[in-house]
Amino acid sequence: MMLALVIAAAIGLSGTWLALTQGTAYGGVTIGAWTGWPKNGTPGIDPYARAIVARTGELPIGSGDGVAFYARTDDAGQPLDGRCDVLLSGVTPQARFWTLTLYDPEGRLVANSAQRQGFTSQEIIRNADGSFDVNVGPRARPGNWLPTGGVEKYLLVLRLYDTPVGMATRTGREAPMPAITKRACS
Amino acid sequence: MIRVALWLLGALLLAGIVHLATVLVLPRMAGQDAYARVSAIAPVNAVVPVPTPTPEKAIMPFMDPAFEVSICRYDLSRGPLKFSVPIGQAYTSVSFYTRSDVAYYAINDRAAGRRVIELDLMTAAQRADLPENEEITAADRLIVTSPTITGLIVIRALAPEPGFVAAARGVLAAAQCRSQ
Repeated sequence: MMLALVIAAAIGLSGTWLALTQGTAYGGVTIGAWTGWPKNGTPGIDPYARAIVARTGELPIGSGDGVAFYARTDDAGQPLDGRCDVLLSGVTPQARFWTLTLYDPEGRLVANSAQRQGFTSQEIIRNADGSFDVNVGPRARPGNWLPTGGVEKYLLVLRLYDTPVGMATRTGREAPMPAITKRACS
Repeated sequence: MIRVALWLLGALLLAGIVHLATVLVLPRMAGQDAYARVSAIAPVNAVVPVPTPTPEKAIMPFMDPAFEVSICRYDLSRGPLKFSVPIGQAYTSVSFYTRSDVAYYAINDRAAGRRVIELDLMTAAQRADLPENEEITAADRLIVTSPTITGLIVIRALAPEPGFVAAARGVLAAAQCRSQ
């Protein structure tokens, strides 16, 4: 009897803990390495996402404002490592503005000598065809360099503001996201 | 043997209930959610600037550093609230969150279609109490209904390049939220 209760409490609580720390909220839109949860910016946010938001203390971006896409891995599924050189290249979905920001896994900005934590669509240097390349890595690079500060793990957040991308978006053809490719590691 | 199996089955069922109950109750119990964090710096029914996030210090995780942010922590228990913010040169948005951090409404400068985003915030009961003739003039005034008596209005002004930070702060400094 007691054993059964203890098992129940242990499994139930660890299940909750796992669900809230591993970020397994439902209803995400995954395009390449990027996943967004447009529904989290509406009253229809699901209970798991609500519990995650309550635990982390963040405010989800409202759906009339924009949508955020998170990348924790490269296109090959390897976790993003701040000691490696990573190339982000391509175009973004239609939006009036977008921002690209680098965070540690807890959602803090990462300190670095260049004091750069991200790019806005206005700051970025583009190629002749409108696409762009961002070098994400620990060492300074010419062009768009997003420093990682050498942290072991990080994630990239691409936020689209005033955009048609939302809950109805399903595929990369509607919303082309930049590719994330790992280069050399130091 | 069967007895043990039954106990285990019961334990698993109970585990499922514990799991669901904790997921549902947690948002109500969380002591460090966004509303609690903001309450530490924001008095009720006033617009206060939120410090720009830095690697050392940020009031909330995952804040977009390209934006200047101000927050009005509202309380509608004494009546509706009037809110206004002028529109800057760059992107400006106003998002509304309930007491439990659910985004229930957001509007940006272009959707507002004017030089000022101006609206009245009230509860469903207060809206029902509006006199009839006011309901007619309400056609040209934006009314937002809050599902909860308290909550957050988050005003965000984009500084697309570092040189635009001062302009974005200027927009936010002119934002107003006050009890009617």
